[in-house]
Amino acid sequence: MNTKNSEAGEGKERAGDVIVETISRLMVPFIQLFALYVIIHGAGGPGGGFQGGVIFGASFVLLVIAFGIVNAGDRFPEGANTAFMSLGVYIYAGVGLLCIIFSRGAAQFLNYGFIPLTTHFEENRALGMDLVEIGIGITVMAVVTSIFFNLAWKREPEEGGEEE
Amino acid sequence: MIPSLDLVLLFLIVAIAIAAITVRDLLSAIMLLCAYSFLMAVIWVEMHSVDVAFTEAAVGAGASTAFLIAALSRTTRWEKK
Repeated sequence: MNTKNSEAGEGKERAGDVIVETISRLMVPFIQLFALYVIIHGAGGPGGGFQGGVIFGASFVLLVIAFGIVNAGDRFPEGANTAFMSLGVYIYAGVGLLCIIFSRGAAQFLNYGFIPLTTHFEENRALGMDLVEIGIGITVMAVVTSIFFNLAWKREPEEGGEEE
Repeated sequence: MIPSLDLVLLFLIVAIAIAAITVRDLLSAIMLLCAYSFLMAVIWVEMHSVDVAFTEAAVGAGASTAFLIAALSRTTRWEKK
């Protein structure tokens, strides 16, 4: 991967390995399904938004490693990453604020049971917890992908003379 | 908790940590840190702390290794004397 990335940073042409590309293309949907399972299942067992988000981001990292950062990196624009980061935070804070709004200031921040999604308090609590976990997962996924791009992607090779 | 298994795992972790800071090949150091994280996850599971073990396996062994290799791909592989 070391040489692959530096090759892919130089120009568009690179010899792709058909085994690596096929296996990663097959594996990525299953990794993402497992990540969604971890996020949804996190309320009642091991796992949660952070771990599921990291696994989801790791699936994107695998895709980028397999297909080269220049070819696959264009699918993940910087603006979309930033938008997903703030979207997750907005979901998290919005669910927390909705609890205060719907209970007219009686409940605390992130007291999930007061969001009137269903008629039962416990179901409201479970659904609100899942919403918050999804928000955390979106933010962590975007942050992991963005950190990997910032570390590995050699943008503007004419002015990026900081190595060696 | 099984004390003998604990002792073996902790001894392995100390050995891997010493190897990771003394080895001169940086890629080997990254792989040793990956093994360190996996053994740490095994220790967390063995201490019945599955959530922490999940985080350690996902972040320490998965994402952090990918980040370190990505950072290594931008610099030289061998540490200077």
